[in-house]
Amino acid sequence: MRYLPLTDADRSAMLAKIGAPNIDALFVDVPEEARLSGPIEGLPLHASEMAVEKHMRQLSKKNLAAADAAFFLGAGAYRHHVPASVDHIIQRGEFLTAYTPYQPEIAQGTLQMLFEFQSQVARLYGCAVANASMYDGSTACWEAVAMAARVTKKKRVVLSGALHPHYAEVVRTMAKFTEDEIAGALPALQSTPDNAGLIARIDDQTSCVVVQYPDILGRIPDLGEIAEAAHAKGALLIAVNTEPVALGAIKSPGELGADIVVGEGQSIGVGLQFGGPYLGLFAVRDPKHVRQMPGRLCGETVDAEGRRGFVLTLSTREQHIRREKATSNICTNSGLCALAFSVHMTLLGEQGLRQLAAENHRLACLAADRLSAIPGVELLNESFFNEFTIMIGRDAREVVKKLTEQNVLAGVSLGRLYPAHDALHEGLVVAVTETTSEDDIDTLVAALKGELA
Amino acid sequence: MSTPNASGWKPGTPAKDDHGMDGPPTVTGNRALMLEEPLIFEIGTSQTTGVDLPDVPSSTSSRLGSFTRADEIGLPGLSEPEAIRHYTRLSRQNYAIDLGLFPLGSCTMKHNPRLNEKVARMPGFADVHPLQPVDTVRGALEVINELAVWLIGLTGMDGVAMSPKAGAHGELCGILCIRAALEARGDAREVILVPESAHGTNPATAAFAGYRVENIPATGEGRVDLEALKSRLGPDVAAVMITNPNTCGLFERDMKAISDAVHAAGAFVYCDGANFNAIVGKVRPGDLGVDAMHINLHKTFSTPHGGGGPGSGPVVLSEALCPYGPLPFTARTKDGVVHLVEEENAEAFDHKHAFGRMTAFHGQMGMFTRALAYILSHGADGLKQVAEDAVLNANYVLRSCDDLLEAPFGPSGPCMHEALFSDAGFAEDTTTLDLAKALIDEGYHPMTMYFPLVVHGAMLVEPTETESKASLDRFIMALRSTAERAKAGDPTLKTAPHYAPRRRLDETQAARKPVLAFDGPCAPAGTPQLSEQGGS
Repeated sequence: MRYLPLTDADRSAMLAKIGAPNIDALFVDVPEEARLSGPIEGLPLHASEMAVEKHMRQLSKKNLAAADAAFFLGAGAYRHHVPASVDHIIQRGEFLTAYTPYQPEIAQGTLQMLFEFQSQVARLYGCAVANASMYDGSTACWEAVAMAARVTKKKRVVLSGALHPHYAEVVRTMAKFTEDEIAGALPALQSTPDNAGLIARIDDQTSCVVVQYPDILGRIPDLGEIAEAAHAKGALLIAVNTEPVALGAIKSPGELGADIVVGEGQSIGVGLQFGGPYLGLFAVRDPKHVRQMPGRLCGETVDAEGRRGFVLTLSTREQHIRREKATSNICTNSGLCALAFSVHMTLLGEQGLRQLAAENHRLACLAADRLSAIPGVELLNESFFNEFTIMIGRDAREVVKKLTEQNVLAGVSLGRLYPAHDALHEGLVVAVTETTSEDDIDTLVAALKGELA
Repeated sequence: MSTPNASGWKPGTPAKDDHGMDGPPTVTGNRALMLEEPLIFEIGTSQTTGVDLPDVPSSTSSRLGSFTRADEIGLPGLSEPEAIRHYTRLSRQNYAIDLGLFPLGSCTMKHNPRLNEKVARMPGFADVHPLQPVDTVRGALEVINELAVWLIGLTGMDGVAMSPKAGAHGELCGILCIRAALEARGDAREVILVPESAHGTNPATAAFAGYRVENIPATGEGRVDLEALKSRLGPDVAAVMITNPNTCGLFERDMKAISDAVHAAGAFVYCDGANFNAIVGKVRPGDLGVDAMHINLHKTFSTPHGGGGPGSGPVVLSEALCPYGPLPFTARTKDGVVHLVEEENAEAFDHKHAFGRMTAFHGQMGMFTRALAYILSHGADGLKQVAEDAVLNANYVLRSCDDLLEAPFGPSGPCMHEALFSDAGFAEDTTTLDLAKALIDEGYHPMTMYFPLVVHGAMLVEPTETESKASLDRFIMALRSTAERAKAGDPTLKTAPHYAPRRRLDETQAARKPVLAFDGPCAPAGTPQLSEQGGS
């Protein structure tokens, strides 16, 4: 077996050193009746590198890659161009095959990168402190809700109706067990987010208000107004961002008064990967909340010779020290995806991120205009960044399916996101990024026009 | 030229001569291939970019409402050559499996095959969106299903929840299944029993799921005390969380009896599968009465640890828990088609009791492709060999060092995949930490230290099956030599490491005055890269 270096001669010599007659003597504590004598039946035997590669390639070819279609899907995962150097860096063995940096003297590479990553995320979000990553946006969202309960000592959670339904479902699932009370809603199909309705649901028992920015329909809510209302009732505002590129064009949630800002970092550096691994971002605006944060934090310090260095710090919040009193059970997070994000963000820089955001918005405006010119299609949004909702007068799931036959992946139907709610089914969420060409837009417009005619 | 060091960054102070490096100090702080590297904020300017993007005219109409971001964000940029150099320099300050033996007990730092990286990057896996129409992603669903079938087969269980994102997330998933099953029969129980030697994630998970945690005592042999456990079981106990093989590196011989007692008391058995590497292909947890067990794909199935993730933590489930597993999951129907079961069609697939959803989308697809490639490469025969070689390597280390280092459970028999030593016999004032830091100077990542908590000054050594005998022999030589110095009270251990990119770091200062983000402007335009320039 190509990954196992021991030879039979090695094995014999080692058993002799140990004083064991055979390998099974080392498994003596496993009850004999449960011990398997040979390879498990019904499972294939080992295969060569060539054979495995061939098998996996065949499975891979059964999928339609985004690059091979006119592609307009978003709703929490976005297709952006990732520079080749990002993938090169994350495949360096020193990053790829390192562990969580528990021994800082020989992990300064990972630690400095995490410090830079935390700083980039904090600035992007308009916050004081960001952690070293969570699993993904949806789990970061739940962790923020749990943190708000710790900070406010209250248990009533108000979810915006326009929060990604998977995120809302994760929060609802976890809340069943922590006995937080969840007040949710469906998205209102109107040109601007229903801030008044949301604010009306905030009361004195509310621990937090969770608002997506831009929201699941692509609209940009006025976070400032919601922050004010939440703070007046002693609640925290949690802002959720699923498209970090947007923050190169629109104000940061922290600047608008959000207390905890969480989100999905996948757009920068990570790639689509059918939903994972992704990158949960988590930040707080006020440094006094740091000790209630979940997850790992990297901090600056000095070594015994006074040289600057970095360590994981404030770990008395964490499970390996605090056990059942920890702020979260998270251990392994999303380190390599944080590296990919950080490298990509460094390549972009302020200027590149702003250009990227502007190009996304330009193309999205173009697509919105051309699509809404189709008879029977109506643009829902008053505001948007690179994603918007169109109402197409038919169940969008069927239309998406039909267009797939023409190699057009038209967007995410609201029926896919809200299967149980017929009233939403004519909505289609369309995302446009720098990877979308004007030809792609024209292809979508022609296909949709044909289908709706 | 503009001021080269406007940000105030100082190159590292050249190390002194107190560890045998003679030679003059360098102005850069570098020592040949050991290179100091500033922060991106100290070398990158907000006008520099390493990507070519069009300039969109500002007159272009905006639909951003009144939310246009006006102020500078403060993000530094580097050109591509500068960026490659920055991160390459940083990478050289890391230890990694690719550099040498990485004996972190319980973490299973084995070789990461590069075929797996290649496979995960195939466009049909890497460039597909999680919400694409199901007919365009059947191959991705087949990967998930094929891996699920393997995991079920290797563990002898009835089903598997694939979506959890890492081990601790999988633990939570398993405990939530248990709670859902108990609630379904109207049985409110409050307590989860956890051995003292458990990973910290176990009690943290149980508490997060709303349970009170109580400890189970261990025997003098480092195993769960069956009689004590039996006497604690009762109608208030929801589950027992057991790590098997346990964190002392021992197989819980009484596992079946434990399971029987737990089931008789109406509770469930959660098994922490972090150490599954030791038994894969040798014994199936399902045959020992386990109800739920997470599998760290980043341990047993070699997906890269990546400096702290991403992981992946599928949870195998017994027949009693399967109905409660979370959405989404895949199901293959008799016609061979693999379906995605979500909120929409759960009822059609007879899964209306799912406890909910753990995460957006479908789990760690990029880890599934890697783990499947690893599993297919080994096959059922190779995986059995993995467990045997892992256990052989650990016992070889144990028996090559137990004359010198105290192995608290060594006399009672063989270990599994990791060898546990204590600090007994070290000179006064010399600690496990000192030994660990001295191993760094010898070119090794230290073993897991001070865990499990039940052994004083614990050192948990997991060599894994991907080390050759020659590699083990070199490591044993280094470990023995360092242990002898620890017993003799060699004062140079206290100041180790001497040859790493950094000496011991001041963790107290880091926690007392936390500096968690760079506080300052980006480098001004025209800043030359300091690492090129040397000191000012």
